[in-house]
Amino acid sequence: MSDRYSRQTLFTPIGEKGQELISRKHVLLIGAGALGTGNAEALVRAGIGKLTIVDRDYVEWSNLQRQQLYHEADAANRMPKAIAAEKRLKEINSEVNVVAHVMDVTTEEIEQLVQGVDLILDATDNFDTRLLVNDISQKYQIPWIYGACVGSYGLSYTIFPGKTPCLNCLLETVPLGGATCDTVGIISPAVQMVVAYQMTEALKILVEDEEALRNKLVSFDLWKNQHTAINVNRAKKESCKSCGSHPTYPYLSAGSHTKTAVLCGRNTVQIRPPEPKKLHLDQLAETLKKQGGEIDLNPFLLNFKMGDHRMVIFKDGRVLVHGTKDIAEAKNLYHRYMG
Amino acid sequence: MKLHINGENVEVPSSISSVTELLAHFELQDKVVIVELNHDILQKENHAQTNVSDGDRIEIVHFVGGG
Repeated sequence: MSDRYSRQTLFTPIGEKGQELISRKHVLLIGAGALGTGNAEALVRAGIGKLTIVDRDYVEWSNLQRQQLYHEADAANRMPKAIAAEKRLKEINSEVNVVAHVMDVTTEEIEQLVQGVDLILDATDNFDTRLLVNDISQKYQIPWIYGACVGSYGLSYTIFPGKTPCLNCLLETVPLGGATCDTVGIISPAVQMVVAYQMTEALKILVEDEEALRNKLVSFDLWKNQHTAINVNRAKKESCKSCGSHPTYPYLSAGSHTKTAVLCGRNTVQIRPPEPKKLHLDQLAETLKKQGGEIDLNPFLLNFKMGDHRMVIFKDGRVLVHGTKDIAEAKNLYHRYMG
Repeated sequence: MKLHINGENVEVPSSISSVTELLAHFELQDKVVIVELNHDILQKENHAQTNVSDGDRIEIVHFVGGG
């Protein structure tokens, strides 16, 4: 056990001192998909003190090609990603305090989640959550690392409050769903490349070697053999509502917070109840069975199939309505079966 | 017209005159992008009136959502 981190401490920029710092740090990782599982495994192997991992989804067969913490049983049993990831991470390194939450992250959740956190890693699949992360990062001066990928393309940027521009400065407008929804597939090396960029910057921040940070927006296309790094410091805006001189943190206001969301590229709509619930899934299963649907159940969620429709109901009352991108249709089905 | 885009030499139609037209050529018009022209990052509002010419070094990064 004693030489567990020897190859990392032999690396001079980390050393014993850096390892000690890593072991005292708390990272919040939002999303446990491709980037989330890659970053989580790397952090846990590196000996992070505490890792909080949050995800709203469950494991499907199409995830196994690149989401490295999951195996076939997780997909067969529809395990929530946060739970399946937590189990695997604790097997990899039992010294790490791994905390998992099966939840959708919006305003209320993020305020709780960031308490005592040293760094936020972005492994989400949407800009609503990223802009929420961006605002909370500015509000509490916690650095965060953007990462995203699609096809053979990926990019990353490290946002350090008070030093770099923030994501809101760079985007100016929220990218429309259609422009970023990932329907063109993804190859795992693109994921791994983004994980490598994010994790290296994370290690620099965790060992407090800020001089070493990249300070550039980096992007690549592995299939087209392209690589780009742009210094975006000039994009920092004094008038930015997230990081400027008079911030209002627009994405933290309750108004921005949606109760329904179309999941990118998934033909799925998520519906959240106004307040999180504590459902008794076995009772609900009985009720739904009487309506003639097919049910299967694990301790975390209920899968309900009725005709052409399929819904997955989580204990906190969230429902994923599969087979539609139409919010009105999804709401209809939700109210028909959930009351 | 020959441009140096993201580290590669690329031939684009000479009918392209502005950054906006160049982005449309690469079907990036609906994406959120950051463009650097000869080592200077451009403001988005200036894409339409910024000209590109033979030999320019251009870096284009577009934002995607997947993860």
